[in-house]
Amino acid sequence: MKYKLVNFAKQLGLLLLVVWTVVSLVTLLIEIVPGDPATAILGENATPEQVANFNQKHGLNKPAFFFSYKSETGFQWHGADNRYVDYWKGLLTGDLGKSFRTDRPVADMIIERYPNTIKLALASMFIAILIAVPLGVLAGTNKGSLIDNFSSFVALLGISLPSFVVGPFLVYIFAVKLGWFAPTGSYNPEDIVLPAFTLGAALSAILTRMVRSSVIEELGEDYVRTARAKGLSEKVVVYKHVLKNGLIPVVTILGLQLGVLMAGAIITEKIFMWQGLGLLLLDDGIAKRDYRIVQGCVLVISVTYILANTLTDLVYSWLDPRIRLS
Amino acid sequence: MNRLTYIGIFIAAVLILVAVFAPFIATHDPVVQNLLTRYAPQSAEHWFGTDALGRDVFSRLVYGARISLQVGIVVTVVSVIIGTIIGAIAGFYGGWVDKILSGYLFNVFMAFPGLLLAIALVAFLGAGLGKLMLALCIIGWVGYARVMRGQVLKVREFDFVQAARALGASNLRILFIHILPNAIQPLIVQASLGMAGAVLSEASLSFLGLGIPPPAPSWGTMLEESRGFDTLAAAPHVFFFPALAIALTVLAFNFIGDGLREYLDPKQRKR
Repeated sequence: MKYKLVNFAKQLGLLLLVVWTVVSLVTLLIEIVPGDPATAILGENATPEQVANFNQKHGLNKPAFFFSYKSETGFQWHGADNRYVDYWKGLLTGDLGKSFRTDRPVADMIIERYPNTIKLALASMFIAILIAVPLGVLAGTNKGSLIDNFSSFVALLGISLPSFVVGPFLVYIFAVKLGWFAPTGSYNPEDIVLPAFTLGAALSAILTRMVRSSVIEELGEDYVRTARAKGLSEKVVVYKHVLKNGLIPVVTILGLQLGVLMAGAIITEKIFMWQGLGLLLLDDGIAKRDYRIVQGCVLVISVTYILANTLTDLVYSWLDPRIRLS
Repeated sequence: MNRLTYIGIFIAAVLILVAVFAPFIATHDPVVQNLLTRYAPQSAEHWFGTDALGRDVFSRLVYGARISLQVGIVVTVVSVIIGTIIGAIAGFYGGWVDKILSGYLFNVFMAFPGLLLAIALVAFLGAGLGKLMLALCIIGWVGYARVMRGQVLKVREFDFVQAARALGASNLRILFIHILPNAIQPLIVQASLGMAGAVLSEASLSFLGLGIPPPAPSWGTMLEESRGFDTLAAAPHVFFFPALAIALTVLAFNFIGDGLREYLDPKQRKR
């Protein structure tokens, strides 16, 4: 028990350290903008007063960090009244600053879009499972057969084709040629189908491979022989015994992939104009040089990614005692 | 090595030749527009047709191979070098050096989704070929470093390392002359898969408008310009050829990586 607690504390410590670094990096990213944010937003022709007003309003007139070093002035200590501390203070109260352009709180904008991205990620996960489990089981139980080769080929395609190839291809077939779905948008319930397929294609390929190899591995175990010796039908053996054990690694992959999907959703959202976090980041943040929005989006996506991964590790070690003890 | 590996090597070789001899292979200037021949279908004059601005799709693809391979090779080589050095130091010295590097630094870099970090870096740094490659190296090295660390941890326990130490060899000599050559194998596999990854990342960023600015014929930019409903309806070939080029390139390097893995690891060969 003591060992468990120490281990848990260590993991938690590392998690906090990583989150702190990620937040710090994102906070300080704004310093590498060529020129400065005020000029980027107001344009080259802005008067010094306008720039000063802008910097005052967004707290950009304060020093960036606790200290600074310039070759002209040398090392300078600025104390705790700096932007880094301000951003952290805001963060701890759920304030991600205000948009440079619209003055809307970034946190509100993110809360508005976050559910859409999660919805898309979950839908694509669902589609991936729907494709991968049957295909993987079929391939695994018929190793070396035509269907196995076919599923390997499909999996390879899924892994090699990026979403910005799959997405427009689906648009071409289902929107341009067949006219079944709208090419872009997220207004009608069926609008999620094409983006979810696009985002889920790579995942379903990875999952198919995993299910296949784990089915093959489990089929060689002793308990399978026992189950067969008991006279159980092959169907029961595969679906009740093998799949249950074989799905453990799949669960991990799924959890880890939730984070990957959130990041991958950026491209998919762009292709289909899906109103999620990724589109907020690209269209409102990067395209309009609204760096506060960029900071907020990068932060929220990264932290979601980290939390999803940590949670998966926990679930995995809980599911499989061998990992817990090693 | 299986047949797919040879197919991969063949495609990669063709790509390299196309990239090197692009000026001789391209039939047109890749950036010259001709609005009179917009969306022209495939013909003897334009082998792969023309795009929305009347530019020759084949010539753009040929020059695009240059950009893709340039980014792929530079990013992979630089990432492998940085990853090897940092990973080797972590594995060889162990102790607090390893704790800081693999326990903390690796975890921080693995904590970011790679593409997101690249997007963020390019968004703040500004677009351009150099900055894009810098961003991809920053996200790329850590994968190699992790593998290298694991390898060095294993190899440093071998007898010949002890023997070298007994003979009075310095740490640097042991690391670079004795350990690295014996630890580098898995990195070769990873590098060929990483090459596919780098090509994809460049295309992704260019697709998002964060890579190489137009009119440079990056494959990602070509896809972005041709993915609209109107273009897909009027002239799908403008989209399909670059899509095919990216898919083939990525497939080729994946084939090579998988083949090398099998070749280098006899345990995998039986499966």
